[in-house]
Amino acid sequence: MTSVATRAKRRPAAGPPSASRRSQAVAGWLFSLPFVLVFLVFYAWPIIWSLLMSLTDMTSRDLRAPFDVNFVGLENFATVLTDPDFFRALLNTAIVVVVAVPAILVIALLLAVAVNNGIRRGKAFFRTVYYIPVVTSIVAIAVVWKFLFADEGTVNAALGLFGADGPAWLADPFWALPTIILLVIWRCFGLVMVIFLAGLQGIPEGIYEAARVDGAGAWRRLVSITVPMLLPTVLLSAVLMTVAVVQVFEEPFVITQGGPLNSTTTMAIYIYDQFGFGKYSTASAASYILFAIIALLSLIQFRLLRSKT
Amino acid sequence: MTLISEVRPDASRDRPPPRTVPAGAGRRDAVLRWVLYLVLVAGALVTVSPLLWNLLSSFKPSGDILRSGSWWPATFTWENFSQLLSNPKFPRYFVNSVVVSATIVAGNIVLSSAVGYALSKLRFPGRRLVFAAVLVTFMVPTLVLFVPLFVTVAALNMTNTYAGLILPFLITPLGVFVMRQFISQLPDELLEAARIDGAGEGRIFFRVVFPLCGPAIATVGILSFVSSWNNLLWPLVIAQTEDMYTLPVGLTTLSQTEGVVDYGPLLAGSLVTILPIVVIFVFFQRYFIAGIASTGIK
Repeated sequence: MTSVATRAKRRPAAGPPSASRRSQAVAGWLFSLPFVLVFLVFYAWPIIWSLLMSLTDMTSRDLRAPFDVNFVGLENFATVLTDPDFFRALLNTAIVVVVAVPAILVIALLLAVAVNNGIRRGKAFFRTVYYIPVVTSIVAIAVVWKFLFADEGTVNAALGLFGADGPAWLADPFWALPTIILLVIWRCFGLVMVIFLAGLQGIPEGIYEAARVDGAGAWRRLVSITVPMLLPTVLLSAVLMTVAVVQVFEEPFVITQGGPLNSTTTMAIYIYDQFGFGKYSTASAASYILFAIIALLSLIQFRLLRSKT
Repeated sequence: MTLISEVRPDASRDRPPPRTVPAGAGRRDAVLRWVLYLVLVAGALVTVSPLLWNLLSSFKPSGDILRSGSWWPATFTWENFSQLLSNPKFPRYFVNSVVVSATIVAGNIVLSSAVGYALSKLRFPGRRLVFAAVLVTFMVPTLVLFVPLFVTVAALNMTNTYAGLILPFLITPLGVFVMRQFISQLPDELLEAARIDGAGEGRIFFRVVFPLCGPAIATVGILSFVSSWNNLLWPLVIAQTEDMYTLPVGLTTLSQTEGVVDYGPLLAGSLVTILPIVVIFVFFQRYFIAGIASTGIK
């Protein structure tokens, strides 16, 4: 992401200067117009309005006259922050992040190193297969997940072969969240693996050769070369995944609707529920709290990123 | 961020390294490699097993799906698919999904490359402001936008319309970003030559720049297709009658009214939802993965 901020190189204007400059200005704005319009209507305005909404008492009843609302200050934030359901959602989201993100990173790292450095043929094949879960529709896969983790589903049948008696995964308030987390991991590790594979391309083969000649084994090469050289990519992926997983919505929404007993309610589900109850202003307040948390996490992780590299 | 070079990822990578290794280490590496293959194949099987189960089970008679302990269908049947087709709603969901996704893909390809061209090759007042807008929209989580976006679309009377489903995603910051990165690497001399020949900016874009954008177009096309085809949250709140549902919304409502659900058609439906995207992905995965790897963003 380094080149994001660097501007396109200034070049001397060739040809007839004034005419070219004028036509460039006209064309530049014409070409940018669709984005500018979409940005103003569907991004800029909603971002600002969301903040304003969170300071009012707007509900779905005000949809016809959205500006006919009362200013209530920080009341919505107080409501959300004292709501036990919100704290349950916060806790669940934290659990998902703390379990899923490291698991995704470790699985992706091991697979990327195995595919990139360990084998000679079939790299493209494994890369493709492991990536497939990333592109599948979560709704469609949810149907399968419900079957596999049903009380008498495939997973429990497999456990039965080992004499173990599996729980009713998705109906059990303790096991429902781990089952959802497993789905989150399944859906995400391929994406991170591909990012790692791209990062591994940047490590010069010569370093490995030198280490091999010096008699370094596979483990030694992994710990002393691959991991330190890949560290910036790993940390960047940690940021990306944390931001993505903090917003996890579809998996619990489609499979458990946040239940049983709120055990899989994430912050995104909480926001969606508030919206569903018509409480637009508390939903906005909760959104901004989520936004603040994401910004804070990104800030911390980027600080780490800078200190480590 | 060198998109051009990463678009052809396999050219040099699969070449075996030169053998300048001590003999013992080489044999140990060979054993390790075989163990790795076994682990990778096992991992791949576990990874695709939910999809495999979906594929096989949708060919089972409805009654067998819940009961049967075997993954392989005892009797193959097309019954689930014909039931799905005879259900008047499902083909409609499919058509809606195709219309919405196709429009979003086309919009993102054409509009993003136009903005990408303007931002990387044209000098106009406000250019940096437009690019700042691209970066800002990148960083805002969709959830923060969701409620006010819904109210905005409702205020524009666009709920339950194709316009409401499509317009907010017709051009996305990710597409603009990928296109800008790609086009900025095209040589300036090419454009200057066309300018000296008297071509206007519109002509230069359509005749010179756009045809050269193949890899970036593939990347943006597939990224926007995956996200629009799989999108659930937005169509869920915008589509309010069944004739506006997209496939994911249709599947959600089908699978959430359990008890009356016929599992055969439901699994066939989820296969129909997954399959187009997996097929397209497998065909274009090279571009797709290059795009993911170079932007690092879903």
